[in-house]
Amino acid sequence: MDYLLQTKNLTKIYSNGTIANRGVDFAIQRGEILGLVGENGAGKSTLMKVLYGEESPTSGEIWLEGRPVTFYSSQDAIKAGIGMVHQHFMLVPTLTLAENLVLGKEPNKPHTGFFDLDRAVAITEELAAQYNLNVFARARVVDVSVSMRQKLEILKALYRGAKILILDEPTSVLTPQETDELFVELRELQKHGQTIIFISHKLNEIFRLCDRVSVMRDGKMIATHNVADVNSQSVSNEMVGREVQLTITKNAQNPGDVVLRVRDISYVDDFGIKMLDHVSFSLRQKEILGVVGVDGNGQSELVKVITGGLRTLSGQILAHGKDITNRSQATVRHAKVAHIAEDRMTEGAALAASIEENLVADRISSATYSSRCGFLHNDAIEKTALEIVKAFDIRCSTPKQPVSSLSGGNMQKVVVGREFTADADILIVSQPTRGVDVGAIEFIHKRIIEMRNAGKAILLVSSDLQEVMSLSDSLIVMNSGKIVAYFQNASQTTDKELGLYMLGLKKQTAEEIEGVLS
Amino acid sequence: MTDFIASVFSSSNYWFIVLRSTAPILLVTLGAVITEAAHIKNMALEGSMLWAALMGVIVSAWTGNAWLGFIAGIAASVTIALILGLFALKLDANPVLCGVALNLFSSGGTVFVLFSLTGDKGISSSLSSKTLPFVRLPYIENIPWLGSILSGQNIIVWISVLAVLLIHLLLNKATIGRRIRATGENIEAAKSAGIDPVRIKFFTLVISGVLAGIAGCFLSMGYTSNFTSGIAAGRGYVANAAEVVAGGTAFGAIFASLIFGLTDAMATYLQNVGLPPELIQALPYFVTILGFVVVTVVRDHREIQRKRRLFEGETRSPFGGGSGKPPRTTSGAME
Amino acid sequence: MKATTKRDRGFFHKLGYFFSDKEKLEPTLVIILTAIFSIVLGVGLIFLVSKDPVQSARNFVLGPFLRTYNIYYLIIVMVPLTFTGLALCIIYQLHYMSLIVDSSFYMGAVIATAIGVNMTLPAGIHPLIAMLVAGLVGGLIGVLPAILRIKWRANELVSSLMLNYVFYFLGSYIILYFLRDRNQAILASLPFKATFSLPKLIPNTQLHAGALIAILFIVLVSVFLYKTRWGYQIRITGANPKFAAYTGIHVASIVILAHFVSGFIGGVGGAVEMAGLYRAFIWQANPSYAWDGVIVAMLAKRNPKYVPLSAFFLAYLRVGADFMSRRGDVAFEFVTLLQGFIILILASDKISNSLKIRRLKKAALATEGGSRTRTTSSSMEGNSL
Repeated sequence: MDYLLQTKNLTKIYSNGTIANRGVDFAIQRGEILGLVGENGAGKSTLMKVLYGEESPTSGEIWLEGRPVTFYSSQDAIKAGIGMVHQHFMLVPTLTLAENLVLGKEPNKPHTGFFDLDRAVAITEELAAQYNLNVFARARVVDVSVSMRQKLEILKALYRGAKILILDEPTSVLTPQETDELFVELRELQKHGQTIIFISHKLNEIFRLCDRVSVMRDGKMIATHNVADVNSQSVSNEMVGREVQLTITKNAQNPGDVVLRVRDISYVDDFGIKMLDHVSFSLRQKEILGVVGVDGNGQSELVKVITGGLRTLSGQILAHGKDITNRSQATVRHAKVAHIAEDRMTEGAALAASIEENLVADRISSATYSSRCGFLHNDAIEKTALEIVKAFDIRCSTPKQPVSSLSGGNMQKVVVGREFTADADILIVSQPTRGVDVGAIEFIHKRIIEMRNAGKAILLVSSDLQEVMSLSDSLIVMNSGKIVAYFQNASQTTDKELGLYMLGLKKQTAEEIEGVLS
Repeated sequence: MTDFIASVFSSSNYWFIVLRSTAPILLVTLGAVITEAAHIKNMALEGSMLWAALMGVIVSAWTGNAWLGFIAGIAASVTIALILGLFALKLDANPVLCGVALNLFSSGGTVFVLFSLTGDKGISSSLSSKTLPFVRLPYIENIPWLGSILSGQNIIVWISVLAVLLIHLLLNKATIGRRIRATGENIEAAKSAGIDPVRIKFFTLVISGVLAGIAGCFLSMGYTSNFTSGIAAGRGYVANAAEVVAGGTAFGAIFASLIFGLTDAMATYLQNVGLPPELIQALPYFVTILGFVVVTVVRDHREIQRKRRLFEGETRSPFGGGSGKPPRTTSGAME
Repeated sequence: MKATTKRDRGFFHKLGYFFSDKEKLEPTLVIILTAIFSIVLGVGLIFLVSKDPVQSARNFVLGPFLRTYNIYYLIIVMVPLTFTGLALCIIYQLHYMSLIVDSSFYMGAVIATAIGVNMTLPAGIHPLIAMLVAGLVGGLIGVLPAILRIKWRANELVSSLMLNYVFYFLGSYIILYFLRDRNQAILASLPFKATFSLPKLIPNTQLHAGALIAILFIVLVSVFLYKTRWGYQIRITGANPKFAAYTGIHVASIVILAHFVSGFIGGVGGAVEMAGLYRAFIWQANPSYAWDGVIVAMLAKRNPKYVPLSAFFLAYLRVGADFMSRRGDVAFEFVTLLQGFIILILASDKISNSLKIRRLKKAALATEGGSRTRTTSSSMEGNSL
């Protein structure tokens, strides 16, 4: 087999002791599009970091064009023709696209040695025309769309002479239509002779785009197949190591009274963009209302405005008839609203603190856990912590260990455990299973359904379309800060139709959307 | 009171002192600005100045040459900056803590060295150190009022003006300026472009070391002609505060350091009015905090106004104007 | 998976636990090594500059124990260090960098002077009132950088350093213009009333009851940080301020409370120094105990119960250096030099964690299961990160 790039028995152990790759044998052929799949933490990102020179292997070899190579930095990898398009873009916000393109290999004016902006723009435009990846060279990064930024990232790699392109979860920030566009561009690049490694956990995309697929799990390379020879179920099983149930079962319930009324709220972010534009909806008991949309269309802001983290510039929010508009997060919690934050690492948990301390943070001022003169009731705290740890199957040696020592799934269960045992009947749930292993995902989904069945009102925001569609009773779609569609029954629609709304290509009439208000 | 202020402002002697007081602050503030651009806080400016002041005096006394002292002072100051870099960038230490530690190290260390060499803890007068030249400007000195402000200043004052220009060019025109900004704004982007952020940060630290060194030498070889313990008098910390006011630009640094310079120069005059010297000494620091707070408040206020305006008007890009910028679509998952 | 509570274990069992739990042992080891190394460095410097290094080194290293009055002096020096150390423990639990305790301490001393010179009160009450008022003023001062940070995002280190200069000059002004003893050549206040002074613990020495007050405060701050709701909120806010706000903690209030309490302790410390050690205010310059407080708090890992140990170490350095400098040719200031060095070492994560990193790497390579953080269903016994 004539492989362009391979690894032989590659092992990578991080300085904190994590074994990210174990004895990985990876190989890609010249001119193919190879999909690399695996759960979060399977080792895909690490493998790519090693191939890209960002990390050095603990043991094992990298072979390029039939010869062993060593990369001491990403510069070496770039020189060897390996280019990477990261999941989180590597762009400098206040510089223009042209400046970002040439960063590191800047053209200089002949006499002064100063930076030559015009030349940089010319280079950018030439390259864009050559590969049919059109971008606004003189625009600043902050002013252009996400998919254009991604195109620039690809151009960056090509500018540095990449022959092998690694794309890390490129579609996580794109709408279905933008994804189609990207696939066309990638096949075009393949025709130009590029070899592409496509990392994703979205199996349907792998099957649409790739020639072959490699599966990783627990740091090991499990298998590589021709895409034509396998299907989603078998690959999914390899990713997880056991039979996976791909669908969630739930029975219909009848929603009760409206408990959360959100009317006419608005928010403008630091860049002056209207992230929320007069949004209104109602949330009822025994109902899961899902919020669908591409990341960055106002969903995060919606959650934060309701829960008190951001201030709305207009409108009103009523919880059980009580006005919680622009009140503090503390007041909102007192109004019986619980909130699973979208990012457990930065907000949902205090990593350095113990599991116990994390579990009682929202209720520490109540009489059960501290006396009026301020003394903590440690026995009550310990008791509650143990109860939650048991009920939510949080795997730990002791609740006194720091949360940072837990896996992603268990960390999330700490967050869920706290919020679902809070004295609340309105639950605002944001990205509940992001970065969580499949076992914990199943567990959390079950609990969300249980909460709904017990009469809670749940607002579910998630960028995982499958998750939202299968868990929710009703759906709203957000685009550019507005609600553009409402489906009273989530099963009435398909992901393709939702995609049209998500991109703003389709919009319901005002009457149709009004349904969400009652 | 207004008459008094007017009389001070119209005195050319006052402005002469203003330039003299502002120069060292300007130099260290520029140092703070450039390291902040690469997102590394140099809090060791105070200590750098101290060592520069001391070594300048020692070496100029030893060699009999002011310029050799000057070079030695800069070398000492750069060394401190490099040590900061070593601990903060290579050994994963909190840069602020390191800066503070180095200042402590310097305040004790300089007195220690002084005492070991001269047996005197307070002042280096036993050493016959040299001073850096003062500059007479032949034709300009004859201009009424302006002449007596500009002519007769120490050469370092002019070096500080030059420094502003150089730093401005560095940040805005030179290629490395863009790399510095990339490192400061998005370190991952810089790394992926093949830029070594550690090297960039070290580079900015060295420059700030040079600037602090020049300022330190000025203190003991221009402003006065001796090293006294604590000669920096908190100017390094003032620079850290002024850097915020400066807003990341070289010209902003002039504005920011003038706040301190104007009040500092005012001190001698205020004594004549009968204000107690202790309170006068506190004034420059107080005014610096005030400036620091005022600037932040004004900036915040402007932000809120901008948002309100944008929300009521149509949505448009705040970085608007200029060549063919497209309308915004999604803000996307940028961060 | 039963949670073990501390109450179940006896003392020796716990001690054995401590020594076998490498996780806990390593940071302590690093601190002890740093302390020893700093003494070695000090000795090295002595040999570099002194004409009689052996004698000077002996005075430095052993000095504090060679004379009884040195031992008393050690305890006396520990007192202000304990106060500023405790104050900074609270600030560091919050992960703020305010150094305003310097002003709180100095102004506390000034206020106490004013009360000690001017007011007439019965013997036990006089110093108590002084400490209370000094504490209140210290607390109010301590809150200033917090307010600047909360309202205007002003960096609290920079603002507190600037304020330290302002308050130092203000304090000196007050002494000079309102409390000065014109009969003295140096700057000094009028003498304190006799009722103002704290009783001596051992007659004919300088060892005063302030030491007992310091011990009291150690206990109070320990309880405050670990046994009360506010202490818990302070620690959680320090661990993750976004999380604290998210769970309903009023972060601004907690930050201000922490700064007030910290400043209060600083103010009391200043008052205790005046009432315990002096007959009048005679500081010619700012004693700057705040910097020592930084090291005390860092060495104590922000935990009040270790403050006596770290205050002792720092006092030991100071007393040794003082003893040596009086009898030799090495300047006392080299203690400050050593202090800077200690902070540098302790602040470097790579150095502090070097032992931990080696151990984890070895463990990971040795065992198959290793220390995975992202597994589907494995339990997390033992090797936690």
